[in-house]
Amino acid sequence: MILDVILFYGAAIVALASGISVISQRNPINSAFSLIVTMCSLAVMFAMLGSGFIAVLQVVVYAGAIMVLFLFVIMLLNAKQDEGDRAGGIGRAAVFLGIILAVQSVMVVTKGAQTLPEKHAVTVSADVARGLFSSPRFLYAFEATSILILSAMVGAIVVARKEKGK
Amino acid sequence: MPNLEAFQTATMGGFSAAHAGFVPAALAVSAFLFVLGAVGVFIRRNVITVMMCIELMLNAVNLAFVAFSRAHGTIDGQILVFFVFTVAAAEAAVGLAIVIALQRNREDLDVDSFNLLKG
Repeated sequence: MILDVILFYGAAIVALASGISVISQRNPINSAFSLIVTMCSLAVMFAMLGSGFIAVLQVVVYAGAIMVLFLFVIMLLNAKQDEGDRAGGIGRAAVFLGIILAVQSVMVVTKGAQTLPEKHAVTVSADVARGLFSSPRFLYAFEATSILILSAMVGAIVVARKEKGK
Repeated sequence: MPNLEAFQTATMGGFSAAHAGFVPAALAVSAFLFVLGAVGVFIRRNVITVMMCIELMLNAVNLAFVAFSRAHGTIDGQILVFFVFTVAAAEAAVGLAIVIALQRNREDLDVDSFNLLKG
């Protein structure tokens, strides 16, 4: 039991630290690796919250596929270092927005946490499959995602290919 | 499905009061990560880093979905995370294709230099 608590809060601390690292690193490759660490520690948090299937999916799809795509593009384009943080109007707007969002989320979390029910909801992948396929509530949306993925694939190829005659 | 329930009680059975704090803590982490992503979109100049900040925000929302799924004892939150995964994959594929096309035409990845549509 105590191991669960250590794992959860340890993963939370690692997620926050690497999240800060994502936005503070100048080099995009360092940001990408920090983001992989964030995603893996979020997977640990998902598992500790009782959804093991989503945790596995997080590692395979996010930390595996999507981040490899990002790293591939960064290395392909040989992206150079960021020249520095935005100063001036946009930088001030970012700080302002960050403070407002942080205050709002602290209020929401502290108010909302008192009203949350805490139920016994450990789930396995069969539960997710039953939720997806046993009622038509999510079934059509699930079928629509296949069209979404297909059109994204075609769109990516069309956008990224070289024009003829160039 | 008696086997499934037996598996669940065997693997995750002994729930204690210590786990009751997980959901508010997860929501707090989720909120903080979302704020980080939103600030990162504004302060970073490299368009690839901006896209990674968007992924960070999507991950924060996923964490909130899983936490609420746990708190309410329903599976719907996890199914929505599944849909967020597919949308994120499609977004990353198309977005990075656009980045490659931009690099080919402009030879620059600074978001400030993409001002063709600016009035």
